[in-house]
Amino acid sequence: MKIGVFVCHCGSNIAGTVDVARVAEEARKLPDVAFASDTMYACSEPGQEGIIEAIREHNLDGVVVASCTPRMHEPTFRRTVERAGLNRYMFEMANIREHVSWIGKDIEANTGKAIDLVAMAVAKLTHDKRLTAKKFSINKRVMVIGGGVAGIQAALDCADGGLEVVLVEKTPSIGGKMSKLDKTFPTIDCSSCILGPKMVDVAQHPNITLYANAEVAGVQGYVGNFEVSVNRKATYVDWEACTGCGQCMEKCPSKKSRDVFNEDIGTTTAINIPFPQAIPKKASINPEFCMKLTKGKCGVCEKICPTKAIRFDQTDAEAVENVGAIVVATGFDLFDHTRYGEYGGGRYTDVITSIQYERLLSASGPTGGHIKRPSDGKEPENVVFIQCVGSRDKSIGRPYCSGFCCMYTAKQAILTKDHLPESQSYVFYMDIRAPGKLYDEFTRRAMEEYGARYIRGRVSMIYPKGDRYVVRGADTLMGAAVEVEADLVVLAVGAESAKGAPQLAEKLRISYDTYGFYMESHPKLRPVETNTAGVYLAGACQGPKDIPSSVGQGSAAAAKVLALFSKDQLESDPQISEVDIKRCVGCGKCIETCPFTAIELTEFRGQPKAKVIETVCQGCGNCTTTCPQGAIQLQHFTDNQILAEVNVLCQQTLPNYG
Amino acid sequence: MSPTYAYYPGCSGLGTSAEYDRSTRAVCKTLGIELVDIPDWSCCGSTPAHTVDHALSCALSARNIGQAEKLDVEGIITPCPSCLTNLKTASHRMRNPEFKARVEKLLDEPVENRLPVMSVLQVLFEQVGPRRIADRVTESLSGLRLAPYYGCIMNRPPEIMDFDDCENPIAMDRLMAALGADIAPFPLKVECCGASFGVARKGMVMKLSGKLLDAAEDVRADAMVTACPLCQMNLDLRQKQINAANNARHNMPVFYYTQLIGKALGLGEDSLMLDNLIVRPVGAFRKMEEVRRSAS
Ligand SMILES: Cc1cc2nc3c(=O)[nH]c(=O)nc-3n(C[C@H](O)[C@H](O)[C@H](O)COP(=O)(O)OP(=O)(O)OC[C@H]3O[C@@H](n4cnc5c(N)ncnc54)[C@H](O)[C@@H]3O)c2cc1C
Ligand code: SF4
Ligand code: SF4
Repeated sequence: MKIGVFVCHCGSNIAGTVDVARVAEEARKLPDVAFASDTMYACSEPGQEGIIEAIREHNLDGVVVASCTPRMHEPTFRRTVERAGLNRYMFEMANIREHVSWIGKDIEANTGKAIDLVAMAVAKLTHDKRLTAKKFSINKRVMVIGGGVAGIQAALDCADGGLEVVLVEKTPSIGGKMSKLDKTFPTIDCSSCILGPKMVDVAQHPNITLYANAEVAGVQGYVGNFEVSVNRKATYVDWEACTGCGQCMEKCPSKKSRDVFNEDIGTTTAINIPFPQAIPKKASINPEFCMKLTKGKCGVCEKICPTKAIRFDQTDAEAVENVGAIVVATGFDLFDHTRYGEYGGGRYTDVITSIQYERLLSASGPTGGHIKRPSDGKEPENVVFIQCVGSRDKSIGRPYCSGFCCMYTAKQAILTKDHLPESQSYVFYMDIRAPGKLYDEFTRRAMEEYGARYIRGRVSMIYPKGDRYVVRGADTLMGAAVEVEADLVVLAVGAESAKGAPQLAEKLRISYDTYGFYMESHPKLRPVETNTAGVYLAGACQGPKDIPSSVGQGSAAAAKVLALFSKDQLESDPQISEVDIKRCVGCGKCIETCPFTAIELTEFRGQPKAKVIETVCQGCGNCTTTCPQGAIQLQHFTDNQILAEVNVLCQQTLPNYG
Repeated sequence: MSPTYAYYPGCSGLGTSAEYDRSTRAVCKTLGIELVDIPDWSCCGSTPAHTVDHALSCALSARNIGQAEKLDVEGIITPCPSCLTNLKTASHRMRNPEFKARVEKLLDEPVENRLPVMSVLQVLFEQVGPRRIADRVTESLSGLRLAPYYGCIMNRPPEIMDFDDCENPIAMDRLMAALGADIAPFPLKVECCGASFGVARKGMVMKLSGKLLDAAEDVRADAMVTACPLCQMNLDLRQKQINAANNARHNMPVFYYTQLIGKALGLGEDSLMLDNLIVRPVGAFRKMEEVRRSAS
């Protein structure tokens, strides 16, 4: 076999701490290596051309590139060798950047390790086989999970592009956080006036199927052919029949039900439509508060409903949807301020959260858009805003910036002045972070035109005094302690990942960070992709994001789906398991370990045998380590290939290091 | 068998806060907690020591810990939050072997550092518990409205003190409620009273303690209840000075919580020493009786 080795400098990324020329020189001495050289940027055009030239000139059978992580450029180099006429699996990569140059500064040790890794790759390559991908057809339907503004945008863009869309939303209506907002920065336009029409479009679009009050229960399959089971939770109302007339709400005697939409400012009836612009505009019963469901008496709504839509015996139902791609847009949740004991820890009635304040400001909110203190309904004179509650605070495990609180606090200060011209707003802040288009101008306006008094420093304590609150903090610009008396305190609570986000990630087999936000495939170059093919991200589920970015990402995810679906067939990855029928004894151990249920039992000449379902296998290799017979082998990572690597490493003919 | 603890009264317990020490001993005895004084205990260094040298300051407390280890006890307890801080900090720091070695070298003997260190408040709250105390009440305090004041160091820093909530502690609230008292939502539970600045910068105490008294008045408390000798002294002994400085007219009794537990359990004046309080509690008790009479 004739192998070519290319050792990349990656600028100074690798060459700075690895003697790349020596790695190439040592590689040249390895058996089967017919050509070795070092190259400035292997992935650049001249770099790739160099590889192609060498393959042709030296008649190479396979290529090893020692450079960065395969995650980054394995596909690039596979295409390169293919262009030179080789099979794309006659290629190996040695990661001498992330695994070597980036983790140590000792050039001697690094060079030794790089030489080892190259030798291993060469050894493996001598056992590599040509593999060919199979083609399979794709189901050109898409599921969007989460009906906030990001999910709505993605769904509409896909549907307008001609795709069939299934939108799954956990709560009884789509709209997400944006539907709860009064006005939106930086233009102060009415939130429901810009979101409302989009929500209606979702309801009316012939290509969109909406499952509200539903959650994804399980995901099977792979890009192009996912099978998603959706749990449609009971609403106790037949939504086919319900016309959303709202008569039930008027008559329901149970008026103390949690008002989730209004963020628990006030209460609602046990049967309700969450808000006037809800999509779908259908009633549902909160079983915890319904007297019929808890105590067996009442049933008023059943009698009153003109379309006889009430179904007290309704149960959860399952729907199964086959789709080719999934867009995850499950958004975020807000920090629970009761964790801050110094701010009252939820004990003080007039210390509320920013989203509760949005509901107070909103004309469709519980106070009809009048700012009234929850405790006594009085109009506040002094309103104190505290930023970074649950953001940029290591001590409570939230070291990150939530991104939009500076902006929405400025907005709320402006709106406060609009609603109550006599009022005075104070804003305690740490820094003002307003980098978007027209954002800095906006926060300045809050200070300069609307007279909000900005105080730089954290608040150490809030305590009640009479019917007001004393807010004590530091003014770090003045270098003094300050106390402000407030009638109402609004906490700019930071963003957290949506509840249940990690569990959903596990169902979708995508990654999430320490805080539960979903991880993009590459933070710069693949911002809406995940590491699972066919699953895309949009909106604040990936990290705190304002509306413009969420919408932008929703459209970007839709574009990715449309691009994916522009082909009729996809190629499957041939790096999957294969059963050697002769060796298999049909014990079924592999079936038990496969996390993807990709193996089934069949019969071959009367004997039980394992069989890999090619399209389901993810190539994780669990089965190969389980099989007592060594009968099941992962293509491109066979026992022989791995042993070849281990052998070279153990032969100790290589220079010692470390 | 009743639990036995090594007891560290602290210097103030033998002097300025004798009534705290006396009532603590009496209450513990009545509730079946046995106290053995740490033999030959020495001063914990109070506030000055740790500002000078950590190892030396910890050695003072480590010596007391070592003395307690020679007894057959479950742990070390002290009524004074300042002593508690020093004992707990020493014990906490000595978990670092290097630091422990330095301290042992200063003491010329090894310290095992195995005994838990707790406040008397913690033991009463966790070991005995409000419910069992409620069962023993003979003279309910119903009608007495109390502002529980913990001071700034009883629960701080939380990773060392490791008891109750550092922003909104509730142990004393619950114990007092168990005695039948009415608990005012006192917002400044963990604020500083000015501590030993009473000597160096009196104005500071006038301002900070004055605020506490104002706040207690605001929540219509008849009396404050404390767990710290220094807080009690600032609020009680200096109340007249504070009134003068702030142009106020407070007449707010400031109890130790052990005095009130003792009273509710029916203990006599010789163990409660209510007479030692500067602001006389008679008025508060009279009001309590009136409230009760009008309720019945
Ligand atoms: C107080 C406040 C004021 C704000 N003001 C502004 C502003 O003025 N301008 C601006 O640009 N931005 C503002 N923002 C930010 C704005 O809310 C977000 O940018 C936006 O909501 C992000 O949209 P999203 O669709 O990603 O997430 P979300 O709005 O959170 O929507 C996510 C949706 O997914 C659903 N969901 C969650 N989990 C699941 C699941 N497992 N299955 C199915 N569905 C699920 C949720 O129910 C929700 O409907 C504000 C935020 C706050 C908190
Ligand atoms: S009364 Fe019937 S139709 Fe009208 S909103 Fe209620 S359930 Fe729907
Ligand atoms: S049956 Fe339940 S939802 Fe219907 S009116 Fe009665 S309490 Fe309301």
